[in-house]
Amino acid sequence: MAVLLTRDTRLLVQGITGREGSFHARQAAEYGTQVVAGVTPGRGGGAQNGVPIFDTVAEAVRETGANASVVFVPPPVAADAVMEAADAEVALIVCITEGIPTLDMIRALEFLRSRQSRLIGPNCPGLISAGQGKAGIIPGHICLEGRVGVVSKSGTLTYEAIYQLTQLGLGQTTCIGIGGDPLIGTSFIDALELFEADDETEAVVLIGEIGGHAEEDAAAYIKEQIQKPVVGFIAGQSAPPGRRMGHAGAIISGGQGTADSKMVALSAAGVEVVQSPAEIGEAVAKRLSA
Amino acid sequence: MKIHEYQAKALLAEHGVPVPRSEPVFSVAEAKGAAKRLGGRVVVKAQIHAGGRGKGGGVRLADDALTAAATADQILGMTLVTPQTGPNGRVVSRLLIEEGLDIASELYLGLLIDRANQRPVLMASAAGGMDIEQVAAETPDQIHRISIAPGLGLAPFQARQLAAAVGLRGKPAALAAALMLRVWQAFVARDASLVEINPLVVTADEEVLALDAKVTLDDNALFRHPDLRDLRDLNEEDALEIEASKHSLSYIRLDGSIGCMVNGAGLAMATMDIIKLSGGEPANFLDVGGGANAEQIRNAFRILLSDDKVRVVLINIFGGILRCDVLAEGVITAVTDLGVEVPVVIRMEGTNVEEGKRMLRESRLNFTTADSMGEGAQHAVRLSGEEAGR
Repeated sequence: MAVLLTRDTRLLVQGITGREGSFHARQAAEYGTQVVAGVTPGRGGGAQNGVPIFDTVAEAVRETGANASVVFVPPPVAADAVMEAADAEVALIVCITEGIPTLDMIRALEFLRSRQSRLIGPNCPGLISAGQGKAGIIPGHICLEGRVGVVSKSGTLTYEAIYQLTQLGLGQTTCIGIGGDPLIGTSFIDALELFEADDETEAVVLIGEIGGHAEEDAAAYIKEQIQKPVVGFIAGQSAPPGRRMGHAGAIISGGQGTADSKMVALSAAGVEVVQSPAEIGEAVAKRLSA
Repeated sequence: MKIHEYQAKALLAEHGVPVPRSEPVFSVAEAKGAAKRLGGRVVVKAQIHAGGRGKGGGVRLADDALTAAATADQILGMTLVTPQTGPNGRVVSRLLIEEGLDIASELYLGLLIDRANQRPVLMASAAGGMDIEQVAAETPDQIHRISIAPGLGLAPFQARQLAAAVGLRGKPAALAAALMLRVWQAFVARDASLVEINPLVVTADEEVLALDAKVTLDDNALFRHPDLRDLRDLNEEDALEIEASKHSLSYIRLDGSIGCMVNGAGLAMATMDIIKLSGGEPANFLDVGGGANAEQIRNAFRILLSDDKVRVVLINIFGGILRCDVLAEGVITAVTDLGVEVPVVIRMEGTNVEEGKRMLRESRLNFTTADSMGEGAQHAVRLSGEEAGR
């Protein structure tokens, strides 16, 4: 079993008629994902590549039984799209959109508190369960069905880690890009909990970066709750303080959020922390053969 | 987006937050005129996007208009170095001339987003005027917090509780609570991501005012506030970084000699890290975005090469679905058109990667290809050393 998304997942795409939405809907279908519906307000009744389009998520869920949604709508309306999906009781919502206003996201997260849906992202590459399906933009061809769960704040650096695991023949169960924004729906801890409970996942790769203290929180959780081997890498060891390194959350301020603090915390929790991003795959191989 | 103190105060004042009387000025003559109009003792305050200005000599008292003019003459054009500017400091080109107040006590007030709790948090402390991060580290019990439920907003009773918690009584307590509610209104109305008033002062006659103000606006929400875009001061930013942002490139200049061109922020940081681990120094952080098309590659080269410390360029593109032959063509065209002379090391992954590498090899340009990011970093470090040794 993979986590969160399997071959049984019925995916709907919010913003399916946009450039990104249509492209990645097609990619997901080609990877084997059941793409059952699209939603674009004002375009209901149409279809795109054989996928029916609806005006509302509620209608799409009622008509197609969709239980996961991937959101590709533009930033000014993305938080609203997330809330719409949660209101329609979609179990898994994956928001790819970058640049959502902070106060919009605060309201959406507040809305989600009283609902059952899980949000991944925003501003993330989404997730993929190797050989089963995907919701987001992680390229399918770099994945291999296998043994390792990946959770990461990054996009292309996640691909790098996935690719190393594939080249070494270890493969992946599910890879989750949680996003590098300060406000996100699913944390490292949530993902670790899922991987710990998953029979097929034998080890976990955790890729963090400077800023905030999600990695330190994850370290404390790993120490108490995680039995499986975890390999960690923290991006931004060479980043200067006070500068935002691309991601909204990636900033060292007032001595807080340094790579060093995160690496020390993770190491103390028994995580195999690699200094070089080129050594992630090998470190997993070593832990799994030990 | 950061804005200046005088802009922050004007913005807060629009929402009813009391601030001292003041005038922003750009010259000595204007400073003198402003001081005259304000009358009596004034404070001359350098306007730069960094805190700790007082420690660097950027905030000074002047007893009359003539002294204010002389002080303005000293500060205008000076390079102000504070704990937050870095060693190079900032050149001062704007001042705020402000009325001097008779201050009874100084407090701290901050409104920001609590990442862990995912809600806005209003913080106050009786330890005003100090570095709040130091207070938080050394005496955390001196900081009082109120978590604000979005939707409900800041309730008046919460503001009153916070005012009481920092030791205010009677009239100042009521005024401070009213001020907090207005700060909250401004925060929401203008999509701020931070409002910091340090110090918030109680005067001898029990008035409560924002003596200093720092406001950071949410870049992602500027589309809702076209008027706020004008508050951006390009003089506070690196010219290359401004140029990069025009082309949707995320660029931060550093001090090393290895220029980096990477797609994705996490991979860009990781590339800097591996350069350092391999014994080199990155010249920059540069994220060309997920797509990395020919136009972006060309813009990225132009910006990288404007930094004359760059002796070698390392391109690390993990394309996934991106076609490496198309990428290679973009790189070859950019290098040819721009007359790039420094060696270029390229590591790329994606579809048609072998075809891409063949094109680079056969271009007869100064390319080195690498099969992994570790190998790419080693090549780049070696080439930067050779160039430096000549």
